[in-house]
Amino acid sequence: MRDKVLISRRAFTAGVALLGLGGNGARAQGFAGLGITAEGFSPVIPGKTFAFPEDHGPHPDYRIEWWYVTANLADTTGVAYGAQWTLFRLASRPGAQQEGWANQQIWMGHAAVTRADTHRYSEAFARGGIGQAGVDPKPFRAWIDAWEMRGSDRTRDHTIAPLELTASGADFSYALRLDTDRALVLQGDAGYSKKSERGQASYYFSQPYFKATGSIAIDDKPVEVTGQAWMDREWSTQPLASDQTGWDWFSLHLSSGEKLMLFRLRQTDGNNYASGSWILSDGKTEQIASADIDMVPKTLTDLAGRKIPVGWQISIPRLALSIESVALNTKSWMGTSFPYWEGPISFKGSHAGVGYLEMTGY
Amino acid sequence: MTRIIWILAVLLSHWRRHPMQLATLLIGLISATALWSGVQALNQQARDSYDRAAATFGGARTAMLVGRNGATFPQQLFVDLRRAGWPVSPVVEGRIQIGGRSLRLLGIEPVTLPAEVGNAPTIGRTGLQSFVTPPGEMLVAPETLSDLDLTEGTAPSASDGTLLPPLRVQAQLVPGVLVVDIGIAQRLLKMPDQLSRLLVGKAKGKRVPLENVVGDRLQLVEPDAESDLERLTDSFHLNLTAFGLLSFVVGLFIVNSAIGLAFEQRLPMLRTLRACGVSARMLNVVLVVELVSLALVAGVIGLICGYLIAASLLPDVAASLRGLYGAQIPGQLTLKGEWWIAGIVISIVGALAAATTSLAKAIRLPVLATAQPYAWQQAQHRWLIFQSALALAVLAAAAGILWYGDSLISGFAVLAALLLGAALGLPAIVEVVLSFSQRSAHRAVAVWFWADARQQLSGLSLALMALLLALAVNVGVSTMVETFSRTFSGWLDGRLAADVYLIASDDTQATEIKAWLRQRPEVEAMLPSGRAETQIGGEPIEILGLSDHATYRDHWPLLQSTANAWIRLRPGDTGLISEQLARRLKLAIGDRIEVPAPGGNWTLEVVGIYADYGNPKGQIAVNIDALTRRFPAIPQTRLALRVAPAAAPALISSLQSKFGLDGRNLVDQATLKAESTRIFNRTFAVTAALNTFTLGVAGVALLTSLLTLGNSRLPQLAPLWAIGITRRRLAAIELLKTMSVALITTLLALPLGLLVAWCLIAVVNVKAFGWRLPFHIFPLQLLELVGVAMAAALLAALIPVLKLARMQPANLVKIFADER
Repeated sequence: MRDKVLISRRAFTAGVALLGLGGNGARAQGFAGLGITAEGFSPVIPGKTFAFPEDHGPHPDYRIEWWYVTANLADTTGVAYGAQWTLFRLASRPGAQQEGWANQQIWMGHAAVTRADTHRYSEAFARGGIGQAGVDPKPFRAWIDAWEMRGSDRTRDHTIAPLELTASGADFSYALRLDTDRALVLQGDAGYSKKSERGQASYYFSQPYFKATGSIAIDDKPVEVTGQAWMDREWSTQPLASDQTGWDWFSLHLSSGEKLMLFRLRQTDGNNYASGSWILSDGKTEQIASADIDMVPKTLTDLAGRKIPVGWQISIPRLALSIESVALNTKSWMGTSFPYWEGPISFKGSHAGVGYLEMTGY
Repeated sequence: MTRIIWILAVLLSHWRRHPMQLATLLIGLISATALWSGVQALNQQARDSYDRAAATFGGARTAMLVGRNGATFPQQLFVDLRRAGWPVSPVVEGRIQIGGRSLRLLGIEPVTLPAEVGNAPTIGRTGLQSFVTPPGEMLVAPETLSDLDLTEGTAPSASDGTLLPPLRVQAQLVPGVLVVDIGIAQRLLKMPDQLSRLLVGKAKGKRVPLENVVGDRLQLVEPDAESDLERLTDSFHLNLTAFGLLSFVVGLFIVNSAIGLAFEQRLPMLRTLRACGVSARMLNVVLVVELVSLALVAGVIGLICGYLIAASLLPDVAASLRGLYGAQIPGQLTLKGEWWIAGIVISIVGALAAATTSLAKAIRLPVLATAQPYAWQQAQHRWLIFQSALALAVLAAAAGILWYGDSLISGFAVLAALLLGAALGLPAIVEVVLSFSQRSAHRAVAVWFWADARQQLSGLSLALMALLLALAVNVGVSTMVETFSRTFSGWLDGRLAADVYLIASDDTQATEIKAWLRQRPEVEAMLPSGRAETQIGGEPIEILGLSDHATYRDHWPLLQSTANAWIRLRPGDTGLISEQLARRLKLAIGDRIEVPAPGGNWTLEVVGIYADYGNPKGQIAVNIDALTRRFPAIPQTRLALRVAPAAAPALISSLQSKFGLDGRNLVDQATLKAESTRIFNRTFAVTAALNTFTLGVAGVALLTSLLTLGNSRLPQLAPLWAIGITRRRLAAIELLKTMSVALITTLLALPLGLLVAWCLIAVVNVKAFGWRLPFHIFPLQLLELVGVAMAAALLAALIPVLKLARMQPANLVKIFADER
């Protein structure tokens, strides 16, 4: 039963962490407790017509949703940095939105910065209905506590740019400006992203073309940085298949200008369900089927008592792609309420570039 | 190793032959350990619950943001602060009534609740979801659940009919507190979008300065290591500790005399062992091993007794603390591992301390002992002079502390020094009395009687000191308690001058009740009153609004006042203050006091000081109209009625049936008085119980000392028997001697006890509670105590004396043959 509510990629994190608040390690029970079936929420079905700015805002009829930004950056001397900004929304029960504290939305934020020698992270929680966290579609604004992703009058609906991105923890902070003139990219089948062969899916679009500039401060020492950033927007209701235990997710910026999104959902039977999108520099996308993707863990590292595959061999023969990825910092461990690995990577081989890797369920 | 075991076996054989002695030794150790650990258990229990209270969502342990003047503030400030990087979590607090009981309702926000907020309860197994989703859950301590006579899972109704969330037991919660989700609390308390305070967690990043976010609407209260409750109840626990310590010391007196006796009697055995080649060191090691083993056994038994004592006193302690300070202590005793270890350690340390003299002697024991020197008198003389000098020094220290000290601790230090000095001085005083009697005696037997009493003094002095201490404390405490209860009942008569007291559930009901009462001819006067709370110098202060009426003018007891104090209250620029507040803020008649009020500070001139026994908070009494002008938000629901006494019961029952009031919010004068008196009597129940225990232990000390002496005195008595004094007469003389020594001690204990009482009333009480009682002496009570002391002495002396009266002549003859 428990695994039924493994909803999708990052929502897994959200769901468990929020219930983890219940304390005494009752993660499994708590998880099941929340696991009220998806009944009452809207199902994810193919053929949705996306509309902006509305779809930049929350979709409370769906159970889970996130606004996810990762950035690969470098300072003026070439030192590489990574930055992560995430806002999760989780509806604790379906139905009309309640006012004030009775509101059923729970919000969670994760923020992190990574350098080869250090990884800093922080998390925040909030309940909906009172203004501590939320998302407004126009002018675009997503926030939790003092963390914010904010658009302005100049922000266009089809690019969701420019944006100001800020977050801070006890020992780090950053402020980035994200801009692009490229349109958003619908993932999967026109924004319908399948998560298994059995109908589990989500609505999913991305903005992989952001140029980022700004500053990152670690221990109050600010540095100016520039680089590229990737935003993922995803919402869903339907759980993952009951036998899917975790995932490995890549968002890659190729130096040739293309973008590649890849994920692999691991199953208890040892098989995986993989999927991906090849995004051309003109914004055209090409779906990559599970059978075409070969993802093999190469380097394992011990972190928090787990073996984490921080180095990968990826090949997609159909695209004549064969690369090996290495982590900027193998200790990019998010020791949040529900822990996972997320950090910047670089790769070379048939193609070269930088990107972000997220791995959960280890 | 085998050698040690053999020596130990030899030494232990002594106890087999003298089981009574073993019993006294164990009784001494057990009673010392039991009383000490019992008191410690009570203190620990209380402190733990203060900790629980302090750690409960914004008790003193957490930094907090509170509204200016303690008022509630809009929820938006919480959001604004979060958005500015402040890791705050909102709390709303109020009171609700369930089944006539008023309980604290706390609304918390579990998602932002800082992890470091002490024992933040885990939100039920069912998780966050069921806690925050209406109807939610109401977390409750198991004690409160059983007090309310409800079961887990039921959804109770508040007294005003509101349906409350289902109850869920949370063991770590403080009794008397109900915890619900903040949104639910705001609805139940009818405080939509209002907050009482914000808990401040650990900073996660930079935060904007407070003033930039909320202006001056909120102020930061830094965490406090010591909670208000701990401060308030310190005196109470110090009191208990002092008693525990006294009992411990008295218990050690018993141990000392029992060990002394055993050592005396085992001297020949020790000498033989030494002669057999056992080294003095080895002998000492074995003696220590023996003692520690006995102390271990006694310690364990003592701890069990201590647990039982604590468990039986706990209800009274809990009642006292609730009555005096409003502190909620669970009725179920829970003990930590440290308590057991500390108890065993104290037993061993006590036994070793009590045995020091005997062990020191054993080390220096010569292999071939010479006859005991008979220069006892000279030795005793030197010892008496030294001890008297020490007594004078300690008494001088007592006077010094009294003069310079200004705290509760110094008050107890004065008491301790006074008792110690008197105890040390006792042998010298008794010696003076005895030698005077010896000089004024003429008949040979009488002279021998007094001289022998003097010789016995060194052996008895410890027991007599114990008796003196126990008696003096007894006199002191009973005098204080009696003084208190008389003063209190007189004060209560004046204070509760109205005939019926009622509290309406809200202002609307109050208006209805007033309208209804106006139609009733038997109601002679309606006296509305009101209460506001504020803080002066960080301490909570109550402001009491009183009607301008003869009921108060004629009856309300004032300790000091200006002329026409009551008339001067009318304009609203003057106030009467409670004695506690006057002492704390060092205020006198004519001084001015700045009272923080919602519209700005309120300056009041002090025109009178009144006694306010039993109230831990400082209080200011002002005119009710002035109070409602300054604190417009206070509920005007309190009403005192003057009614012809005969008509009161009928009026009460009509009020009850018409307005649904019950015993909690409608009460007549007699019931209220009885209730107050009951609370105050229970307050001193623990003191009285410990008092009795101490006296009992002193009695045992006297008994064991006399038993010890009984055996060693045969060499002195045998010659008298040999020259023709019958055993019966010898026994009578012995009894008389014991009684007269005990009487001298008791008579000395009386003035000492009165001094202790004075110290308690004029120093300790004033520091502990903030009030000073008039000092009274109760001669009948003193007489009774003399009787009790003599009876105790008689009982203690009876066994050795009967033994002597029935002693086989052969035993007395043997004295002349024995080596002694």
